[in-house]
Formats: sequence, C-alpha cells, structure tokens
Amino acid sequence: MRVASSADSSSNNSRSQMIMADSGSSDEVAVICNTDITSKESENNLINTMVERGTALLKKMEISVAEADKRTGKNTVNMQETYTVYLIETRPAESVSEEGTPAAPDTLWRRYSEFELLRTYLLVAYPYIIVPPLPEKRAEFVWHKLSADNLDPDFVERRRVGLENFLLRLASHPVLSNDNIFFLFLTEEKGWREAVLETGFQDKADSRLKSLSAMFRVKNPDKRFTALKQYSEDLSTVISQLLRIRARVADRLYGVYKVHANYGRVFSEWSAIEKEMGDGLQSAGHHMDTYAASIDDILEEEEHYADQLKEYLFYTEAVRSVCRKHELIQYELEMAAQDLSYKKQQKEELETGTVRIFSLKGMTSKLFGQETQEQRESKVAALEQSIQEGEEALKEKNAESQEFVEKAWNDIERFKEQKEKDLREALISYAIMQISMCKKGIQVWSNAKECFNKM
Amino acid sequence: MSGATVPADISGHMLDLDEDEDLEVFSKNTSLADGNPMPNSPDSMVNQFRLDEENEEEQQGAINKDIFVTVDNPESHISAIETFITYRVVTRTTCSEFDSSEYEVRRRYQDFLWLKSRLEENYPTLIIHPLPEKFVMKSMVERFNDDFIETRRKALHRFLNRIAEHPILSCSHHFKVFLTEEELAPHRKLGPGFLSRMSDTMRAMANSVRGLRSKLEEFAVMQEYVDDFSNKMCSVDKVTHRIIKEHREYMDELKQYGPTYFQWAESEELLAEPLKGVGSCVERCSKETEEQIQHLSEFLVPTLHEYVLCADTLKAVMRRRDNIQAEFEAKNEALASRTTDKEMLQEEVDDLADRVEQANNALRGDWSRWRTSMRADLKSAFISTAAKNVDYYEKNTYKRDRGGSFDLNLNLNRGWMRYMTS
Repeated sequence: MRVASSADSSSNNSRSQMIMADSGSSDEVAVICNTDITSKESENNLINTMVERGTALLKKMEISVAEADKRTGKNTVNMQETYTVYLIETRPAESVSEEGTPAAPDTLWRRYSEFELLRTYLLVAYPYIIVPPLPEKRAEFVWHKLSADNLDPDFVERRRVGLENFLLRLASHPVLSNDNIFFLFLTEEKGWREAVLETGFQDKADSRLKSLSAMFRVKNPDKRFTALKQYSEDLSTVISQLLRIRARVADRLYGVYKVHANYGRVFSEWSAIEKEMGDGLQSAGHHMDTYAASIDDILEEEEHYADQLKEYLFYTEAVRSVCRKHELIQYELEMAAQDLSYKKQQKEELETGTVRIFSLKGMTSKLFGQETQEQRESKVAALEQSIQEGEEALKEKNAESQEFVEKAWNDIERFKEQKEKDLREALISYAIMQISMCKKGIQVWSNAKECFNKM
Repeated sequence: MSGATVPADISGHMLDLDEDEDLEVFSKNTSLADGNPMPNSPDSMVNQFRLDEENEEEQQGAINKDIFVTVDNPESHISAIETFITYRVVTRTTCSEFDSSEYEVRRRYQDFLWLKSRLEENYPTLIIHPLPEKFVMKSMVERFNDDFIETRRKALHRFLNRIAEHPILSCSHHFKVFLTEEELAPHRKLGPGFLSRMSDTMRAMANSVRGLRSKLEEFAVMQEYVDDFSNKMCSVDKVTHRIIKEHREYMDELKQYGPTYFQWAESEELLAEPLKGVGSCVERCSKETEEQIQHLSEFLVPTLHEYVLCADTLKAVMRRRDNIQAEFEAKNEALASRTTDKEMLQEEVDDLADRVEQANNALRGDWSRWRTSMRADLKSAFISTAAKNVDYYEKNTYKRDRGGSFDLNLNLNRGWMRYMTS
C-alpha cells in the first residue's frame, strides 16, 4: 500500500526530472543497481517502509499534507496577521468508487500552531515516548542565498513536506497512532482545540516544564539512560556542527558556479571581435552560462538532505526529555524510599528510646525530660500510619518507574532502529545527489571542451 | 647585423650607431642581400604548432626552426653589491650561422630585458612575445620565492622559443649574441643605450602630438581590434583569478566539512561505515579541488597573463608604426614648403617613405602570424582547462560511487530489518 503523496505532483519539478547522464563506467553501475533513483524516490521508499510496518491507523487511511495556503486573520492581541495553513487530506485506504477512480479525500486546514499544540499534548500524555519532532519553526542553518523568510515559497514547501512527514511518523508509531486526539486532529476541523484542552493536559504540561528545568541529583542513575542522554547530547552537537559547515560549503560552491557566468558574458563579447575563433567561443560561453545556472537546482536538492539531518537533530531533544523524565521518576522514587526509611528509623528510636538521629525535639526531650508513655505511643501510632502510607507510595512509585522504564526502553529500541535506517538512507541519497552533480559537471565541461576544440 | 645588408632591420636607418659593424662575420641573412624586405612570406611560415614546453621538440611542419632553446636551472648569485638569480640558457642548433651546435650560457633577467629592447629597436613593428614582468613590490611575492622563480623561468623559456621560431627575429644578431656569448656585459655596454632610448621616446611623444594625416583602413581596424582584445583579455584574466579564489574558499570549507563526518562516526556503530564513507569522499573532493586550482594556476593563468601583456605589446607596435608614418608625413610636409635644398630633403623623404612601407609590411606579415599563434595558445589553454574539469568530476564520481556502493549493497538486504543494537 502506497501512501498517496501529492508532494510528487505538485512539488519542485527538478526532483522528479533529475536526469542521470550515463558516465559509461558500467562496472560501477553494475554494483550500484539503484544509482538512478532520485532522492525523492528514496524519501518515498522511506515513507513506504513506515507504511509497511503497518499500524492499524495506516491500514485504515491514507494521510497527506497536500497544499499550503495563506490566510489573514486577527491574532490573540487582535492584530492582523498573515499566516500559512496546510491542507490535511485523509482518505480511506484503497478506496475506489464505482467508476474506478479514487474517492475524494476528506480535508481540513491546520496551521503550524495547531501542530505544535498536538505535539505538546502528546509529549505530556506519553512521557515515555520519543515523540517525533516538527519541522523547524524558523529557517536555521541557512546559506546566504536561501531565504530565511517564513513566507518564502521554498520554505513553505519544505515545511509542508516536513509536516506530512511528522503526521506519517505519528501514524506509523505503534503507540501514538492509537491516540484519539491525534485521530481527531486528522478528522475534526472544528472543536479539536476544545477537545485537547478538555483532556486537562495543560496542568500536566506546566508541571512537566517545571520538572524539566529543575535541578536535582539522582543517587543511583540508570547507566543505560545516562549513556543514552550522553549520546543524544553528542549527536546534537555533531549534527549542528555538520549543518553549519554544510551551509558554508553550499555557499562557497554557489560562488564557484556563479562566477563562471562571467566567462559566459566575456566569451560572448570576445567572440564578436574574432573571426575564426568566434563560433567556438560563443558556444563555449553558453555552456558556461548553463554550468552557472545548474547550481540552483543542485542546492535546492541538497536542502532535502539538510532537512533529514535536522529532523534527527530535533529528535535528540525528544530523547533527552525522555531521559530527563526518567531521572525525575528515579529521583522521586529515591526520595520516597529515603522518606520511608527515615520514618522507620524514627519509629525504631521512639520504641527503643535511643536517639540515633539527631533532632531538636529529641534533644529537648532529653534535656527537659522524657515524654509520657501516652505521648510516645500516640506518636508511634501516627508514624506507623505514615509508614504504611509511605510503603504504599513507594510501591506505587516503584511500579510507575518500572512501567516507565519498560515502555521507554521499548520505544528507545524502536527509535534506534528507525534512526539507523533513516540516516543510512539519507547518506545514500546524499551520495546519489553528489554523483548526479558530478555527472552534470562532466557533461557541461565535455561540451565546453568540444566548443574550444572548434576555436 | 649590418644595416646595409638587412633592409628589414630598420635600426640601421634610424640610428647611425651600429655596434655590429665589427661583427659582420656573423651576418646571417644572405637571402636578404637582394634588398627584398620580406625574405619569406610570413603566411608560408605559419605553423600550427603550439609552443608547449613539453612538445617544443615536435616541429612537424616547422620550416625554419633550427634553434632549440631551454631555460632552466635558476641559481642565486650573491655578490658584494647585489643578489640576483641567473638562469641557464642552453641552445642546440643546426643553423649554419652558428659556429657550434651547442651553447650554454647563464643569463639574468636584465639580460633578457636588454635583448627585448634591442629587438624592439631593430624591428619596431614586429610583434615580440612579452617578457614576464619585473618584480613588483606590492604583489607581496618574495622575489626569491620558488613559485615566482619557476613561473618566471617558464615565461623566459617561452619568450626565447618564440623568438627562435620567428622567421625574422630568429636571425637577429642580438639574439645570437644573447645565446652564444659567455659574457653579455661588453655587448650591453656598446651600442644604443639609455640615451638613444630616450630620444626614441621623445620623438614618439613629439609625433603623437602631431597626429596622423591619414591612416590606412586596415590599420584603423587593427587598432580597434587591439583595444577590444586588450579589454577582453583583461576581463578573462580577472574572471579566472576570481574563479581560483572561489575554488580556494570552497576547498577551505571542505577541509572542515570532512572531519565532522569522521567525528560523528565515532559515536555511532552501524552508521560509522557510511559516515566514514561520506567523510572520505569529501576529503577526496577537497584534494581534487586543490589539484584543479593547481592546474589553473599552472596552465591557464600564465597563458592569459601573457596575452594581457601581448595586448600591451600590440598597442606599442601600433604606436611605433604610427610614429614612423608621422615622421614621414612631417618631413614630407616640410619638403612641400621648401624651395631650396630640395634634393637632399627629397632623399630623406624617400627614405622615410620606404621605412613606412617596410614597417607596414612587417606588421601585416607578423599580424597574421601572431593571430594564429594566439588562437592556438588560447585554444589549447582552454581545452586543457575544460579537460581538467571533466577529469575532476570524473574522479569525484568514481570516488562517490566507490563510497556509495558499500551502503547500497547493504541496502539490498532490505528484508533484514532488525539491526543489532547494544
């Protein structure tokens, strides 16, 4: 079952029409059967795999973010603003009407802030899940020719693709795909916001934020989580660095190509004053212009690779917040255990009359006389009650922790697999892009050489 | 060369001093004894060979090149007064005018300058291949820097070989002296020196103020072409330097880009291989870019630079031709308004008229020769650049294919979904 991705038909033609000039090195081609797939196809292969995993949701429906459009309206402070909305299309899987054409999809419009709301809800509702990230809110790691403007059509297009990817990730997740709020997001345009707020997640959201920024130390940290947290920090650092440098490399490469347009201009002027050399120079000049112009498509293509890396950069944040949540639970567990053991000790002291733990009360009672038997007994009783409650609490916390660890680790394993696969695909498609760029280069310069020969 | 036997050598007319009177035994041009200004039609001399250092020996179709020169082996000379570089100039020749078939001398840059100015004086309207420029302080290049010396050496080599190929210039007495005499100093001291050069310039200035009465259409066209050509050459040269600069900046970024992939590979398990693959491809790319820059600097840049200088040479040649014509016209006018002493003046005027004729013919002949060689030189420089670029992309494709094949092979095992994580 293939997810209908309207991205193919409406997207940048350069992707689907990338021509791979045959370089003639047949040995290499034999080994690399699939060099000729475009990076867009590679991305579709990725989507297909997500679908193949087959969650119940995806078996039922096809999801896509088909279009983007501009709207104007009043915002929260009653000012006019322009924003972009995205069209979400859903259609029952393998739906065909009587005439044999696919049935019309259900559609609704959502803006970016609604996607954000959905994600925040999911983060709160499933703290043990690594929730897929959204595409970036503002363009970052931009090389100078690329616009950092949110309303720029190329940015909007890439964001559309990113949002579709986000929804598909959710839809293919074994746990998240079953969430009702998510389902409503896809199907109910009106009243969705209210439904989300009704879940009362807002309170939990605030406490979650608080806990994420709180400073506390865990006595016995789980080594696996510590390692994972370290890994995600390392990954975040290295991908950021990579994206930064890649943007600079793109910038420089742009310069190299564009400067050749000057050759085009000068050769053309020069050819006007020459007789025998004229034709050769003129046509060589045209090839220089072609060469200079070719970089635009090449770099647009490369943005796709950058987006794939960015997704995993943002994923590291989600991983870190799961680790953090675990730390919190661990801490609370330790606190509960500590609290319980303190109470038990107190009870023991009261019963045996020994003071092991220094307390002001204990000291004063030593100095100013013992308590009466009655007083002591009532204290012991109170403590016993407290201890029982404490034991209950500890049991609960333990169970909570165990459940969290189990669910979290399940998702972490799933995530690891997904990451390995996706990044490998991204690197392969990057290599394919580079090969294509080189083949174009060979073509242009071979042509130029021919022209120079005719000089 | 004695001015009397070589009409093409106009210096004998312009300057009465001729240090070569004593050295008549070296007179070479017996074929010129009949006074015919052009011994051989330059058109028949047109050879399609390129002057490449590598194949200067391939002279198929070369009719008259029997002098082969190499310039190599730069050495520093340190004396009390100054330090300078000398180059070894080796000549092999079958020309009968030379006593021996092999000569080896050492020359410094100043000696080349001397040769060039001698040739310009003797053959004012022939197009002489330019010399590399003098050392310019502001270019921030150390005078004894290896690259600078090597670039200069190659240019000096080309300079001498162009002269050796030239049907007229190769017969120059000064050229022969340059190639054969152990010590050039005595020859440099004699003969037209600074003073005569001064008077040349002054004469030229005076003439240019006067202007020309009428210029032949063909020379006006030539002038226009020379001006345009000069502009274009400067532009191409500038663009090429800009391209090199962009390449360099690109390469610098690549040098940082590659290591990031290797750094990432360190924290990965299954991804380490493909990451290292991409990293090494990037490294390879940066090496190839370096080679590309090297190639441009070694082949295209010097050729373009020489033709920028050539354009200046052409302008100077056009100016000198104009001056000769101007001088004639001036005298002619003076003659017209004279009443006495007409005969002597008439002779002078006739002489000048001849000079004009010869100058024009010399230029015409050399012009097409120059055009052909310009075309050949630039064509081969551009072809070589284009070929290098094709090579660059081919090497990068190959490398990427190699890097990618590993990944894609594993990709074929798509059925195997479960990866080991630990």
